[in-house]
Amino acid sequence: MIIRWLQGNFSVILRRELSSYFATPVAYVFIVIFLIMANAFTFYLGGFYEREVADLQPFFQFHPWLYLFLVPAIGMRLWAEERKSGTIELLLTLPVTTRQAVLAKFLAAWLFIGLALVLTVPLWITVNILGQPDNGTILAGYLGSWLMAGGFLAISACLSAATRNQVIAFILSVVVCFLFLLSGLPLVLDVFRGWLPQMAVDAIANLSFLSHFNSISRGVVDLRDLLYFLLVIGFWLLANRIVLEMKKV
Amino acid sequence: MIEAQHLTRHFGQFVAVDDLNFTVQPGTVLGFLGPNGAGKSTSMKMLTTFLPPTSGSARIHGHDICTDALAVRKLVGYLPEGAPLYAELSVQAFLEFAAGTRGFRGLEAAKRVDHVIERLQLGEVRRQTIETLSKGFKRRVGLAQAIISDPPVLILDEPTDGLDPNQKKQVRRLIREMSSEKIIIISTHILEEVDALCSRAMIIARGKLLADDTPAALLARSRYANAVSLSTNDLQATASALSELPEVSEVEVRRGLVTAFPTNNGDLFAAVTRLSSEAGWEVSRLQLESGRLDDVFRDITQEQAEEESSQGAAA
Repeated sequence: MIIRWLQGNFSVILRRELSSYFATPVAYVFIVIFLIMANAFTFYLGGFYEREVADLQPFFQFHPWLYLFLVPAIGMRLWAEERKSGTIELLLTLPVTTRQAVLAKFLAAWLFIGLALVLTVPLWITVNILGQPDNGTILAGYLGSWLMAGGFLAISACLSAATRNQVIAFILSVVVCFLFLLSGLPLVLDVFRGWLPQMAVDAIANLSFLSHFNSISRGVVDLRDLLYFLLVIGFWLLANRIVLEMKKV
Repeated sequence: MIEAQHLTRHFGQFVAVDDLNFTVQPGTVLGFLGPNGAGKSTSMKMLTTFLPPTSGSARIHGHDICTDALAVRKLVGYLPEGAPLYAELSVQAFLEFAAGTRGFRGLEAAKRVDHVIERLQLGEVRRQTIETLSKGFKRRVGLAQAIISDPPVLILDEPTDGLDPNQKKQVRRLIREMSSEKIIIISTHILEEVDALCSRAMIIARGKLLADDTPAALLARSRYANAVSLSTNDLQATASALSELPEVSEVEVRRGLVTAFPTNNGDLFAAVTRLSSEAGWEVSRLQLESGRLDDVFRDITQEQAEEESSQGAAA
């Protein structure tokens, strides 16, 4: 099944999407900005040297905030651009299913963000030169970070499908991502506390990207946290497909 | 074969396509003809499964456009309105993508790409980014993408829009060459194109099918069909002499030409030539009119507009 997908139109769209990133300055600008900001946060705000602890905690702890703006910037174009330029009509009348198109576009963007993440490996090497870090924890941090980026990306992709205007897609995505990021904090919970039963408020608190990401990046790879991000991605991609179908009717 | 049954599409309150019924056999070049906003593009979007119909349906070679969309997409090559393309890709990369989605891999894909590049004369721009191309080249890349799998059905929304006269000719020749076994549907508002290219024309306005015939039969509906125009030294005298003939129903003088319209009795052309030699006119020009499509088009679409407004007034 998976092999058939990889040989089929799914991979054709995936490759086209990836080549589009590198055919325009998008890829290079994103990667350079991501690397500069990730490192600046780590060394200046995170106090990488001053802590005198051999780990990447100061690196990972800023990822949610970095992603909050950078991932919607990648996701906003996924469908809004196709709609604006009319290529969506081309894409969705080729012998591909909407599901293939949604998954392929998402995966291409996700792999691209993954590549940016992989390019931070020199930092990992540095930590290993300076001391003896727990490399298992660092690996878990990378995994958690990539999964969280996937969550942000799926939200952005879905909202991008709802409009032909990339600026609107970007702003909506940042707001929704922000709510998901902070849903464990009083800022968000107080809105619901008055009129929703405690169980519902707890459920909302549990939706927080932050708490799930923090537990993974501390090296506690709990199946529930992994499942959480995969479910978030699955949910928003399903919504993405539904938005595309609804827009036609 | 394409069979459309009660194909209807609403956008909110607006009825874009209203109860369209037709069948098309292979070997046909069908022209959708109509004013802007008539529902031509919407009909094509439904046939290519991009938009679902509000009601009614269509089958393409037996596959329903709603329930069997993927099979329909495999059979249909489509040039959407305005020929949208992935602007950041090179012509070569874009056509490789198109070949890939049609299931061609490796050598076979490369062969297909080479073939359409040659066929649409895109060789000189194959490495160029699509966004740097002129409108004519972009349109041809869109066409190349549509025919890359040699599909049995081609749906082309304004295929010659933005091309210069030579390119238009070339694209028309290409369509004609492919037409023998395929079903080709083109939309256009260029009337001469219908005459030059189509074996069948459907006039659509306000979402309704108003006429469905061969271009020749449509031309015969024109009041100019078989009329005779001539230019003489004294137009007024010619006009009054012609109006006496029993073969002539009406005479019109316009732009240095006298046009005599036929009645049903007798050969008008023979009668006019006989009269002119008897009267000794200095005839500088004499022609048998073949009917004017724009005339028919105007009559048909305006008739409908008047009918609708009178219905509206009655209600």
